[in-house]
Amino acid sequence: MKNMHKAEVIEPCEQTLLTYQDTTERVVLFNEEEVPFPDGKLIVSRTDLEGKITHCNQSFIDMAGYDRGELIGEPHHILRHPDMPAAAFADLWKTVESGGKWHGYVKNLCKDGRYYWVYATVIPNIRDGKISGYTSVRRKPSRSKVEGCISLYAQMKQAEVGA
Amino acid sequence: MIYNMTVSPDFPPEHIAGWYIFNTWLQRQLNESIHLELYNDFRQQRDAIQNDKIDLIYANPFDAAMLVREKGFTALAAPVGRADEAVIAVSEASAIQNIEDLPVQCTVASTDDPDIHLIGMIMLEPADISRDTVQVHQVGTYVLVAKQLIQQKADVGFFLAEAFDNLSSFVSSQLREVIRSQIYDIRHVLLAGPGIQEQHEAIKTALAGMNDDEKGQDVLANLSFESWEILQQEDTEFMIDLMDTLA
Repeated sequence: MKNMHKAEVIEPCEQTLLTYQDTTERVVLFNEEEVPFPDGKLIVSRTDLEGKITHCNQSFIDMAGYDRGELIGEPHHILRHPDMPAAAFADLWKTVESGGKWHGYVKNLCKDGRYYWVYATVIPNIRDGKISGYTSVRRKPSRSKVEGCISLYAQMKQAEVGA
Repeated sequence: MIYNMTVSPDFPPEHIAGWYIFNTWLQRQLNESIHLELYNDFRQQRDAIQNDKIDLIYANPFDAAMLVREKGFTALAAPVGRADEAVIAVSEASAIQNIEDLPVQCTVASTDDPDIHLIGMIMLEPADISRDTVQVHQVGTYVLVAKQLIQQKADVGFFLAEAFDNLSSFVSSQLREVIRSQIYDIRHVLLAGPGIQEQHEAIKTALAGMNDDEKGQDVLANLSFESWEILQQEDTEFMIDLMDTLA
């Protein structure tokens, strides 16, 4: 996965190095501008067992700001925002790998450094009794729930940094 | 042997004749007898499904998931270019401009159409409205949903987008659309049950070639369909997964 570049990002922005669960790293750039989630839209994507994107709908492309070709085959964590605590995604993977359905509020990172909040649901795709991949649907979140998550995730991030 | 076919009760009333014409066409293609039974509501149709009285069904996505998982049905085809979208509307006189303007304890007018009710409730979530906070007035048709709004007996109403767009101008002029879903990936599908297994391939072949001759095109036009897209098993599994994420 390519590092983010200033030429593609709305400035002013900050820079940080993210380390993902698979131990890969990426330089990400982010700013303070939120993209409102449009009413009525659902973002739909599917990944393989490793979390690489195999399908994304037009709403996914519109919100993330990447072309379809830039997304297919890339890890879903291309959208990971540095404000998201690693523990949230660890819980997601633990849940879906054991066959469960995961719900949560997620702050996603756009290609241009802006962000958008979603209420995400992820389920495993069971075929012939085995997990063959994962489907994720993101919808417009309740603002009051997002406000609760902003402070909760900040505390979780602080705890991770201090650990 | 006589097979039984039915259609999801949410189809537009102006297509009743179209489904009878389709059934006649299909019988000729298969050289088999098929009885078309149109149920007034989802409850009656579910009873027929549970009693294994249905072999072929044009089902909404919510029921399609149940038919595949619990009744061993196979999705054969879906109309090209059509998706199930929902509209949330209010009375033209309502002060509600956005979903967030709604009180948490609001009143919803809805039908027993399961996927539209589900999508409608999802679109209310950003206002912290849930099934625990709303009062639902369930009515029999989308025209009655409109009536509930016009008579100010409900704050918002859920409509199948196609039904909302086909309301008479007199009715629609008294309503205002607040949100229309943009999901794209959820749609009605034609499913066949285990009792008609030996005809599955013949039905798919007939539907795939339907747009190739004038008669078939006429039948499609009566349903306002362009053509049929033949589905693979994975297409159906994907839609079922999607419904699972929403449920």
